[in-house]
Amino acid sequence: MTTAAPRVPQRRRTVRSRVTGALWLVATAVLSVSTIAPLVWTLATSFKPAGEVLSSALRLVPSEPTIQNYLDVFSTVPFGRYFVNSLVIAVGGALTNVFFGALAGYALAKLRFPGRTAVFGVFLGSMMIPTIVTLIPTFIVLRSFPLAGGNDILGQGGIGLINSYAAVLVPYAAGPFAIFFMRQFFASLPDELGEAARIDGAGEFRIFTRIYLPLTAPGLAVLGILTFQAGWNTFLWPLIVLNDPNMMTVQVGLAGFVNNYETAYGPLMAGTVIASIPVLVVFLFAQRYIIQGVASSGLK
Amino acid sequence: MSRPGARQQAISGWLFIAVPVVLFVVFLLVPIVAAGVMSLSDYSIIGETTWLGLENYRRMLADPFFWIAMRNTVVYTVMFVPLGLVTALGSALLLNRQARTVKLFRTFFYIPVVSSTVATATIWYWLLNPQHGLFNVVLGWFGINGPAWLYDSKWAMFAIVLMSVWAGFGANMLIFLGGLQGVPQELVDAARVDGANAWQRFRHITVPALSRTTFLVSTLLVIAAFQVFDQAYVLTKGGPGNSTLTIVYYIYNKGFDRLEMGYASAMSLVLFVIILVVSLVNARLSDPAGRRA
Repeated sequence: MTTAAPRVPQRRRTVRSRVTGALWLVATAVLSVSTIAPLVWTLATSFKPAGEVLSSALRLVPSEPTIQNYLDVFSTVPFGRYFVNSLVIAVGGALTNVFFGALAGYALAKLRFPGRTAVFGVFLGSMMIPTIVTLIPTFIVLRSFPLAGGNDILGQGGIGLINSYAAVLVPYAAGPFAIFFMRQFFASLPDELGEAARIDGAGEFRIFTRIYLPLTAPGLAVLGILTFQAGWNTFLWPLIVLNDPNMMTVQVGLAGFVNNYETAYGPLMAGTVIASIPVLVVFLFAQRYIIQGVASSGLK
Repeated sequence: MSRPGARQQAISGWLFIAVPVVLFVVFLLVPIVAAGVMSLSDYSIIGETTWLGLENYRRMLADPFFWIAMRNTVVYTVMFVPLGLVTALGSALLLNRQARTVKLFRTFFYIPVVSSTVATATIWYWLLNPQHGLFNVVLGWFGINGPAWLYDSKWAMFAIVLMSVWAGFGANMLIFLGGLQGVPQELVDAARVDGANAWQRFRHITVPALSRTTFLVSTLLVIAAFQVFDQAYVLTKGGPGNSTLTIVYYIYNKGFDRLEMGYASAMSLVLFVIILVVSLVNARLSDPAGRRA
């Protein structure tokens, strides 16, 4: 393998190390092309007029660039509405997970109360349970939610929370990942900070918001970004609980495109670009934090 | 228990975790129990519900589509997990060096992870177009007549595997890069002095030092592989000829299309048990000495 000698002092660049260096460059370049080229090609296709999409499929720069595909996306389906729905779900999910994740993570790391270890263990273990197991019962719980969506007090008669933002936001408002992630941050802070404030008579919620919370700002940011991305990209659950055309998300709408357009690759690629822009923009601005976050959540 | 404010802390502690605990009970604990109960009935939201005992489980054994879905899922897993592991580890090894360009390449490798599965699937839908897609055009340069990919029952699942590896290896690469920080450099240098070649150093130092990371990544891959759905739903709708019908897709079909929620629940519990067993076996295989977390 080509992990050769980054730290060993090298007196001269031997032929061997040059060959290794060249091989390294080729390998990384090939991999980079394989990840980037499809995205560039998608972007190129999205700006091609219908006639050009298939006839000059390989051209990276359209000979007659057009935004018609993008206009088509918004005029044939309420894609703007999908976009807003996805934003509400992604931002809402990020806010609730950051808030409850921090609050619960703090309690599990810094407060002493009976049952703490057991609760933490149960949360941690619940991350192992595949979502498919709870899918159907959760759907039924939401559908028979009392006094919502035309339901009576017993949860009968209507559709409950189905086809509302709450159907996606509520079940995943405080995921175990958020709690686990924030607990790790709070655990690394000294206990003495809180003890001192406690002796001065500060309440527990005040100690949390005024002393500890500001110190975990980077962690909150990473968690917010990761949960925003997860919320924006989620597919199966919105597909099940949001089937009113006005409530669909960008991902569900885009999946429908593949069936409805089939070979109209121009509009399809334009929809793909629109569906990817928010997460790509967030990634490019915050990639340092994201990469740290993913790496550390995997390690601990 | 005579610390100042011990009682106060106990109350606050439970208040702070109250919302996640309630959500846990309502949306995880109750649903799991409910899935177990429903799996013994023919529950379907509408209409009467009768108790079937273990009938749903018996039905599964005799259901050819269940077995097709199971076989497809296993085929997917057997291709996806090793390929995903090797790609992630290989790219991490490539980037585990000090060079200015490493950060740029790391970004390039990670970018597919950022997009949703649906978006990557639509991109691949275009890439894999039999006549005009990038795949077959490039194969054509080498005189190879590419298959019809998603329209060919022999190639459709492999295409989905390739797409999934492409879309996901960046995340696991980051985890491996973290793990590689823990490989003792003194040992690597000493082995080099002793004349061990690159492969021997990799095999006898890097691989053992990475065993915990490998265990973590392979577990994540196995759990994801058994639940593959989005790609098959967007790209092939389970076809052609049921060749990409996965188990989660079949559960989705039965549960939400046909409203056979009792039967679907039974299958989801079986899948849960399979994932659990495979994860445990994987834990044994990755870590024979029994050192774990």
